[in-house]
Amino acid sequence: MTGTYLGMPAFPAFPEAAGEAVRDEVLRANLRHATHTIRDKRARAVAELEDWDRLRAAGKAIKDHTLRHLDCYLLQLEESVTAAGGTVHWAADADEANRIVTDLVRATGEREVVKVKSMATQEIGLNEALEAAGIAAYETDLAELIVQLGHDRPSHILVPAIHRNRGEIRDIFRSEMGSWGRPAPEGLGDDPRELAEAARLHLREKFLRAEVAVSGANFMVAETGTMVVFESEGNGRMCLTLPETLISVVGIEKVVPTFRDLEVFLQTLPRSSTAERMNPYTTMWTGTAAGDGPSAFHLVLLDNGRTDTLADETGRQALRCIRCSACLNVCPVYERAGGHAYGSVYPGPIGAILSPQLRGTGSEIDATLPYASTLCGACYEVCPVAIDIPEVLVHLRERVAQGGPVTREGIRVTLRPAHGHTAERAAMRAARLLLDRPGALRAGERLLARARRLAPRRLPGPGRAWTDTRALPAIPAESFRDWWTRERGTSQ
Amino acid sequence: MRVALFVTCVNDALYPRTGIAVVRLLERLGVDVDFPEAQSCCGQPQYNTGYRHETEPLLRRTAKAFAGYEYVVTPSGSCAAMIREHYPRIGRKAAGEGRGTELAEAAESLAPRVYELTEFLVDVLGVTDVGAYFPHTVTYHPSCHGLRSLGLGDRPRRLLAAVKGLDLVELPGAEECCGFGGTFAVKNPDVSAAMGTDKIDNAAASGAEVLCGADNSCLAHLDGLLRRADAPLRAVHLAEILAATEEEPLS
Repeated sequence: MTGTYLGMPAFPAFPEAAGEAVRDEVLRANLRHATHTIRDKRARAVAELEDWDRLRAAGKAIKDHTLRHLDCYLLQLEESVTAAGGTVHWAADADEANRIVTDLVRATGEREVVKVKSMATQEIGLNEALEAAGIAAYETDLAELIVQLGHDRPSHILVPAIHRNRGEIRDIFRSEMGSWGRPAPEGLGDDPRELAEAARLHLREKFLRAEVAVSGANFMVAETGTMVVFESEGNGRMCLTLPETLISVVGIEKVVPTFRDLEVFLQTLPRSSTAERMNPYTTMWTGTAAGDGPSAFHLVLLDNGRTDTLADETGRQALRCIRCSACLNVCPVYERAGGHAYGSVYPGPIGAILSPQLRGTGSEIDATLPYASTLCGACYEVCPVAIDIPEVLVHLRERVAQGGPVTREGIRVTLRPAHGHTAERAAMRAARLLLDRPGALRAGERLLARARRLAPRRLPGPGRAWTDTRALPAIPAESFRDWWTRERGTSQ
Repeated sequence: MRVALFVTCVNDALYPRTGIAVVRLLERLGVDVDFPEAQSCCGQPQYNTGYRHETEPLLRRTAKAFAGYEYVVTPSGSCAAMIREHYPRIGRKAAGEGRGTELAEAAESLAPRVYELTEFLVDVLGVTDVGAYFPHTVTYHPSCHGLRSLGLGDRPRRLLAAVKGLDLVELPGAEECCGFGGTFAVKNPDVSAAMGTDKIDNAAASGAEVLCGADNSCLAHLDGLLRRADAPLRAVHLAEILAATEEEPLS
């Protein structure tokens, strides 16, 4: 396979997938409860900091500066990691990254790995690639474990099992844990404490046995070669310290220049994501050290569409994303559509601008994602690195509707408009022609007013979607324009 | 003081009452109102759906129609945001594509002169009590562009609170989008209707008789849902409430 792969098969267009989710009452209730709880907590945690706006601006500035000089900082990072005893591998796409990791695991002679929750490895479908090579990959994050045991897909960046309630989780643990390792205790109930204990016992066996761990990283520091993982449960630290070999797969946009830069993100990331002042576990590792932690460390630097995204002046700001998921939690569309409708490991508003850039807008799902928003702006407002998501959405809509220049695998090409926009394009052009002639507009309004009694209650074609649930506005007997002329005579 | 009214295409064709209310309100406050007839649509539907090039002639037309006015007042936060936030962006992109600086200059010149109605009343005229009378229980939905792009804050609610006889009640989840979103309502009908239904349920829970807003596009969506559901609430534009007096009540 060539090109960018986000570890997913073909997905239905967003409107259809979202429509199904809207009709799933349990899912909607689960999502509503979870997103509202976390959005309220986040707002309180952020309000505690008087300098939030400055931290937000600082985070944006650090990321923009790094992206502008990404080549230099990546080379510096490679040098620092190598000097600290690690090995750096460069992966242009998902296939290459999966091949590198598979070969590294094979070289250890091991047949299983434990995993720290990582978006990058999900993006490339690493678990599936390892499975095909006869290597079992065990997720150790509680929510990822639930998703993995449930033969399910994650539906949220931070809370991958957000779409599940505890009754569903109990059923998954009871029926699936035994086939992966230690089974669930007899008579397991749905009390969160009981569920967490069952997961703890199940996972402890894996931590103590594993010789190889695979992780991602929230940040990589160019000057020191340090990798940083923020987490809540401590499972990550077990994976990062106990095994002999550690393989970290990290997107190239995760680099920051200096250790000092972490000061900003240590404050903004936990407050934005889990609404905590500080996350319970922050693990930092720099290469290898004798007698302490893994004796072999490999860093796989993943591109997979990122340099192409970087080439787009408006779209590149998506690469500032620190995967906090605040935008998902405030998004009214995500709240109703659920994460699966976005057809990617990156759901919600950030997914709607990231996936069509990393994968291109060729597929049905990717061509509909830029339209999966009302442009209400709540996502921009909460973003701790100030990504103007609505601006990028509109920019990508233009790419879908009208085509335009993009960079694909380093080459500048001009995209043709996506399929299915011919009628819309004609309508937009016709509307503009009418609207650009106030005389014609007035005539149109008069025609509409004269025919107002004939107005149907339900519309055919694309308007049907409107009249299925909503009554149409009544057409007035007289437009404002005509009222003005009648009352005031022609002016100007 | 003389101002130009930018009535917006939706109000012109479907909600003339809103435009008439703005004229009556401003004149009552001693402001002379012009209606430059060369005005049309701001181009937001085209722009937000991905047809930036179709927007450009409308930008040019709008800028020209309002050249020479110090104040351009519009009863739509969404259209005001289009001009203030996106026109300069469209101008810069045209310049970046090597098509000259004419659009950018037109956009830059117009943008700072455009005021959403409540901004104009509170910030320019310096009034919150506009002498209106409306003896009803009202709840206010702050549409997203007014709320976030323009940062209208509590201006609309301060204006409403000063209306004689009006009982202003809080709308639960007020800052959440109503689900209209322009072509979103057509492209994603299920999610749009689900969002709108939650909004009208919240409006009903507020105990209000009237759901007030400052954007007739959002109100068309919400009022459509209310009428299809035969709900007792009705959606009314803020300008019509502010224009209502004891002598000339809102019919």
